[in-house]
Amino acid sequence: MSTKYSKIAAFTATFAAAALLLSACGGQPTGGGDGDSLSGPVTSDGSSTVAPLAEAAADQFRSVEAGINVTVATSGTGGGFKTFCAGETDISNASRPIKDEEAAECAANGIEFTEIVIANDGLAVVINSANDWAEDLTVEQLNTIWAPESEGVITNWNQVDPSFPDVPLALFGAGTDSGTFDYFTGAINGEEGAIRADYSPSEDDNITVQGVAGEPGGIGFFGLSYVEENADLIKAVTVNGVYPTVETVQDGTYTPLGRPLFIYVANTSYTDKPQVKAFVDYFVENAESIAEAALFVPLTPEQISTAAEELASLG
Amino acid sequence: MTTTVSTQGGPAVKPDRPTTSYFIGRPRYGEFAIRIFLRVAAGVTIFTTVGILVALAIPSIGFFAEVPFVEFLFGTRWAPRFADASFGVVPLVTATAWTTLLALLVAVPLGLGAAIFLAEYAKPWLRKVLKPILEVLAGVPTVVYGFFALQFVQSTVLREWLQLPTGAFSVLAAGLVMGVMIVPTIASISEDAMSAVPNALRQGSAALGANRMQTTLRVVIPAALSGIVAAIVLGVSRAVGETMIVAIAAGNQARLVANPLEQGQTMTGFIANAALGDSRVGSIEYDTLFAVGLLLFLITLLINFISIRFVRRFREAY
Amino acid sequence: MRTIGSAITGSIRGEHPIAGGGNGERRPAALIFLVLLWLSLLVAIGVLITLIVTIIVEGQGQFSWRLFTEYPASSPDRAGARPAILGSAWVIATTAVMTIPLGIAAAVHLEEFADKKNWFNRFVELNVQNLAAVPSIVYGLLALAFLSMLGVRDKNIVIGGALALSLLILPVIIIATREALRSVPSEIRQGSLALGATQWQTVWRQVLPSAVPGIATGSILALSRALGEAAPLLVLGALVFVSFDPNGILSGYTTLPIQIFNWTGRPQEGFHQLAAATSVLLLVLLVVMNGLAIFIRNKFQKRW
Repeated sequence: MSTKYSKIAAFTATFAAAALLLSACGGQPTGGGDGDSLSGPVTSDGSSTVAPLAEAAADQFRSVEAGINVTVATSGTGGGFKTFCAGETDISNASRPIKDEEAAECAANGIEFTEIVIANDGLAVVINSANDWAEDLTVEQLNTIWAPESEGVITNWNQVDPSFPDVPLALFGAGTDSGTFDYFTGAINGEEGAIRADYSPSEDDNITVQGVAGEPGGIGFFGLSYVEENADLIKAVTVNGVYPTVETVQDGTYTPLGRPLFIYVANTSYTDKPQVKAFVDYFVENAESIAEAALFVPLTPEQISTAAEELASLG
Repeated sequence: MTTTVSTQGGPAVKPDRPTTSYFIGRPRYGEFAIRIFLRVAAGVTIFTTVGILVALAIPSIGFFAEVPFVEFLFGTRWAPRFADASFGVVPLVTATAWTTLLALLVAVPLGLGAAIFLAEYAKPWLRKVLKPILEVLAGVPTVVYGFFALQFVQSTVLREWLQLPTGAFSVLAAGLVMGVMIVPTIASISEDAMSAVPNALRQGSAALGANRMQTTLRVVIPAALSGIVAAIVLGVSRAVGETMIVAIAAGNQARLVANPLEQGQTMTGFIANAALGDSRVGSIEYDTLFAVGLLLFLITLLINFISIRFVRRFREAY
Repeated sequence: MRTIGSAITGSIRGEHPIAGGGNGERRPAALIFLVLLWLSLLVAIGVLITLIVTIIVEGQGQFSWRLFTEYPASSPDRAGARPAILGSAWVIATTAVMTIPLGIAAAVHLEEFADKKNWFNRFVELNVQNLAAVPSIVYGLLALAFLSMLGVRDKNIVIGGALALSLLILPVIIIATREALRSVPSEIRQGSLALGATQWQTVWRQVLPSAVPGIATGSILALSRALGEAAPLLVLGALVFVSFDPNGILSGYTTLPIQIFNWTGRPQEGFHQLAAATSVLLLVLLVVMNGLAIFIRNKFQKRW
């Protein structure tokens, strides 16, 4: 009967049309513009702290070179290095320097890289905006709150200091793959990776913000840019009397939690893939404006010239 | 004479379909090939189940080589990625139990109520209108439910309106919304079961002077009981396996949840959150993912088997 | 259209064909029972309406063309869901191509050719029913393990997501197709065989064409379920900042549910509004798909 076949034909035609439409849509957007435009993927992975900076760079870069696909994943600094040293990513974002074991693994897999300092960061300790008793904390108090020995023991703010009110502690922070985690534990607890296990970890700093903002007794830690982004929900504390700002981070007075942020570029990706070269060049050359747009602490003048040298050594 | 009967005429064909092929005329090799393809296609389903078992079992074997069974099943500290690692899965299982329980507390009354109304009380036009509306509840993506749980139920209802002492995430918000999500599951299967009860029973009950409530409660529900139980068990299975609502709204701290206003991490929430990080194939973190996945699969397998047995019983009863 | 009032009094008066009516319906316990039943329906529907209203209200600030044309950005004022929309389209299309033929073939075998009394085939049936109820995240783990075994490095590719989703909805398609095949009366098959057709010819030329509306309905409903899934894709590493259109089955991608999840997790209110607006978009898409499925069923379904 013709009606049956016409129905089948109609369905097949619809599917085929949809498929054709998709392949048309899947093409590059808004044309190539001026003749010799680049295209191709640039993959980056790593720190959740550095990710907003990389995303801002990718954003701005797209207006310059529309055909290049930049992806930014956030598996944490450690996770990013694992994929980087396996040759799966072009750029690794890191909120701490590469460890010896990680560098050895890269070397074992033949991955040569160049380390570029791309911005500065103050690792901020944050509390809920309604918290008015803990606005100034010392490193010793932070250690009391976060040390491994405090697991299950220190559960209330008044245990940290008797003058604090009776409010339960709610701890949030970066997860174990995070460079922020390594840096914080190293600086506050004296040993990288040493921390009490009964806090809410996440590789995504946005979750930490939500957690601290939701609990009156909340306390967490992440990069300074997240503080500025969420100033209405949480606030940073002074550490040993110093409040984290662009100035105190750049001149080194915000210690021990001031730190540089890195991108690690795979040398072969840079030399072999023109789209990677274009992106990295853009990122480094415009590091200052990108950092300001993303609410990061920009590089000091000496850092800028060092970065330019590193970039030159790559090409 | 041959035993193939269809060429003879008369009441020869059996009531069910013939199961052997009648090769009349020239052999058709193309059809033979097609039938092999069909068989292979059906075999893909077996391959999927075997694949799931193998995919979950191999890393789990690696996991259990490092972590003893007893510690995994009965330990109460879940800290798999820390320097001082512990692999006790009890916190994850208790959080799952909490969300499932809360979901059932919502879904069973609402689902059964809706089912009873649709099966026993509603006029046909009302039924036609209400059933699809209930199905819409089943069609909302779980991400959207998760967003609703976090933004509205937790922030607005629990914290602003009811002023409950709770933080940014809670097991209660996730459980309540999950309950609403599985209402259609319980409602539709229960309603099928109740509709399958023969009208003769209802008429007999009415003839004896019962009103509809009495008929429903004392005749229809007991008759449809295995179907209703199957529906509830299936609802449990869906609640245990649900990921997005808990990943968004229940929090991600693996701890022993003692009160529903606290946050907690379920088995599915752990798998989702751990997958957001990075795990090298072969590392203990990668294996942990699959060990929890295996536990989840086995639990839902058990629940599904129980449910299927109940469904069979109620389908066969009439 | 009768009024709600007549529906209520009808419930009490017992205009339902079976039983009811009479003084017994007006006893207090029976009335309270009826009220409770109405209440449970109203609560369920009320929550649904609240959900829809909340997301529309929250997302209204972001309903603009930007949602369709822009890429995700670090600031909510410039962000859009374009890669998510295209990514969903790519993944669903690939899933459909992979799973619908396979599902129909498997169902045809199970329903038309397999010996139903054979224990192996009954085991396969049981297996399919069980697979339909496995949590979706387990399918993600399966795809993860499979791709790792093949040595695929970057698993966040369209074909990877499509693989996980195909396996997820395959049992649903098989079950729906079997129902559609069952609804074709056996007289059709017998007539065809009587005229000398082989079994395959019968299936291909008589049974399948008659079952097409049911199969189409079931497939569209299964695909709409796949459209809303996020958990299996998360396990494959889908949560990545994607600022380009997908351009092949080996391309990186993101989907609408993943994008919603991403934006929900951000603390800024602007991103929550974007998540709400995208949720509305997703719901509209699902309503359209389900409406299409129901339309096909009602319009083309044969009454035997």
